[in-house]
Amino acid sequence: MSKIAVTSEGPGLDDLVDPRFGRAAGFVIVDLDTMNTSYIDNGQTQVLAQGAGIQAAQLVAGAGVDCVLSGFVGPKAFQALSAVKIKVVQNLDEGMTVREAVKKFKSGAVQYADGPNRGAGR
Amino acid sequence: MREILVISGKGGTGKTSLTGAFAHLASNKIVCDLDVDAPDLHLLLHPHPTHTQAFFSGHVAQIEEKLCTGCGLCASLCRYGAVGFKADSFSIDPLRCEGCKVCVQFCPAGAIHFPEKHCGEHYISSTRFGPMVHARLFPGEANSGRLVTTLKQQARELAKSRGLGLILSDGSPGIGCPVISSLSGANLAVVVTEPTPSGRHDLERVTSLCFHFQIAVAVIINKFDLNPQAAESIEAFCGARGYPVIARLPHDPVVTRAMVEGLVVTELPETDFSKEVGKTWTKIEEIAASLRKQ
Amino acid sequence: MIVSIASGKGGTGKTTVAASLARVWERPLVAVDLDVEAPNLHLFLCPQIEETGPAWIETPIVDESKCTFCSACSDLCQFKAISMMGSLVLTFPEMCHGCGGCIAICPQKALSPGRRQLGEISRGHAGGVQFLMGRLRIGEAMSPPLMRQVKTAMNEIAGAGGLDAVIDSPPGVSCPAVNAVMDSDVIVLVTEPTPFGFHDFRLAWEAFAPFGKPMGVVINRAGIGDRQVYSFCAEKEIPVLAEAPYDRAVAEGYSQGRIIADLSPKYRHIFVSLYAKIFELASARLDKGASHA
Repeated sequence: MSKIAVTSEGPGLDDLVDPRFGRAAGFVIVDLDTMNTSYIDNGQTQVLAQGAGIQAAQLVAGAGVDCVLSGFVGPKAFQALSAVKIKVVQNLDEGMTVREAVKKFKSGAVQYADGPNRGAGR
Repeated sequence: MREILVISGKGGTGKTSLTGAFAHLASNKIVCDLDVDAPDLHLLLHPHPTHTQAFFSGHVAQIEEKLCTGCGLCASLCRYGAVGFKADSFSIDPLRCEGCKVCVQFCPAGAIHFPEKHCGEHYISSTRFGPMVHARLFPGEANSGRLVTTLKQQARELAKSRGLGLILSDGSPGIGCPVISSLSGANLAVVVTEPTPSGRHDLERVTSLCFHFQIAVAVIINKFDLNPQAAESIEAFCGARGYPVIARLPHDPVVTRAMVEGLVVTELPETDFSKEVGKTWTKIEEIAASLRKQ
Repeated sequence: MIVSIASGKGGTGKTTVAASLARVWERPLVAVDLDVEAPNLHLFLCPQIEETGPAWIETPIVDESKCTFCSACSDLCQFKAISMMGSLVLTFPEMCHGCGGCIAICPQKALSPGRRQLGEISRGHAGGVQFLMGRLRIGEAMSPPLMRQVKTAMNEIAGAGGLDAVIDSPPGVSCPAVNAVMDSDVIVLVTEPTPFGFHDFRLAWEAFAPFGKPMGVVINRAGIGDRQVYSFCAEKEIPVLAEAPYDRAVAEGYSQGRIIADLSPKYRHIFVSLYAKIFELASARLDKGASHA
């Protein structure tokens, strides 16, 4: 596994994890081998009347990640992510930074989700 | 954090009057009016907005007359009957426009614009019962589903930043998009019904929706004395489905009296009715607490 | 003539007014329940339903063998109902608004129309009155497309037999409510004289006034609450077409599924007079229109 996306309130490793997936402020894309990062702003998705989760899934899939770390991933986003075999780690603790989330992921102290953990549209 | 939502299916069951009283009785909470179609809670809580934000949702198509060649392709593609032809020119009725962008995409003259739609405003306010999140849609505006989501999001952020443990929401009527949006993420739906054919019918529909979204339900039968027999049949229905009936409240003019004074019923001098409302809130808190442990 | 019975908020007695009007309507009539999220008119009119059929909305079906993953469909879709994930097309039928754009734009003709059920439409009759009702499927979020289909059916029935229509509209002032009243000839707003009732009535009036249709008000449960509705109507010259006094017997009758107009001759008379006033309102507007022309 080389690249993961973490839902984030800001562009860097020291920004807080945004618990939302579809309506996250953005995604920090982390190359696990080099720890190089890039950022995808999710601002355009915020204004969608519906389908934010699907749009966000499209964005991270386009970035070529293998896994998404987030707080809550809804059913449609989950469906879209699993369709392209992107794994999901959800229920990240609130108040965690992106760096801490990545560290936790690397240490293996996470579980891949087998289903969405919240209702639609949240 | 707990989220308790008061809903009713049909309107006029006394949902908002009861939510107002619960807002008075609850502590450490944020009050949220999700009934964005016809918000009324502010008439009891008199909120003072501290933050006002414009609400944009979706887009609306607009034909620029100068560029339009009158080919009529937009009218033939539109599935919503939104493109009209009057006085030798085509125009789009914003109230019928679904915002699908098909006409914009296919217009050979590039004559159709697609601006964002300013649908209303939402507010964070202070009230005598604590902070309140609420909104106002401009008349005839749609998309209250996303506005509901925005309000809930705002209430959650505010609850988090102020360390408040409860979001108490007045939900939308019906069973469509706004209700579905208000239910998502709720821990407990308190359904206010009345012993009328509509009340019973809508109770069944709205509880099916809660079941669909796996949300715990507690039922209040309001105005039960109007038809004790129908009230019993509602109780039997709830019993069969395993929904606790937590209160049977009588039809009492004190509710309208409080409303006329711009107060909630528990703020008036104590009556049998307000005592019952107090007990009802205690039960709601017990149920919500038991859910939390599970 | 098409008359919409509407209200800014639910529970003001809109349905019982619609049912009562249907009872006393003298000309041939179809009574229509457009409150598809919570249709209740049938509970009062007790119609015999002769036919119930599913109502559908068009959603796309993808033929992946033809798809070149150009993403034109997903770029156009404003509702994220069709989405390109790398070399996969995903559809989310429940998000689809049925605009047909994706099918029209696909250069490979890889999309064809499928469908999702919105709900049901029922037809029947209650005595001499035709009856039509839409009912939204539980879990379906979009009522306007179903309402449009019910209205199409209404226009067929009314057009074919020269019938009038009385519409029980959804409450509120947002999209579904506006959808229901925008094509009618007369709008009757039902309210109650309480602060909530007045507030919601005023919003409804503001939402519907721009249509320029004749509009009148029925004040239900007159005698409770306060006088705000009356002073507002006087100021805006909105005719009060009828007042039904607050009466516990009415509330009890309603709770048993009875129609106000059936409770006593006194109540029946209120609606007979409302019927006449609706026609006066419609023709006054016609006269006014003629004199302007």
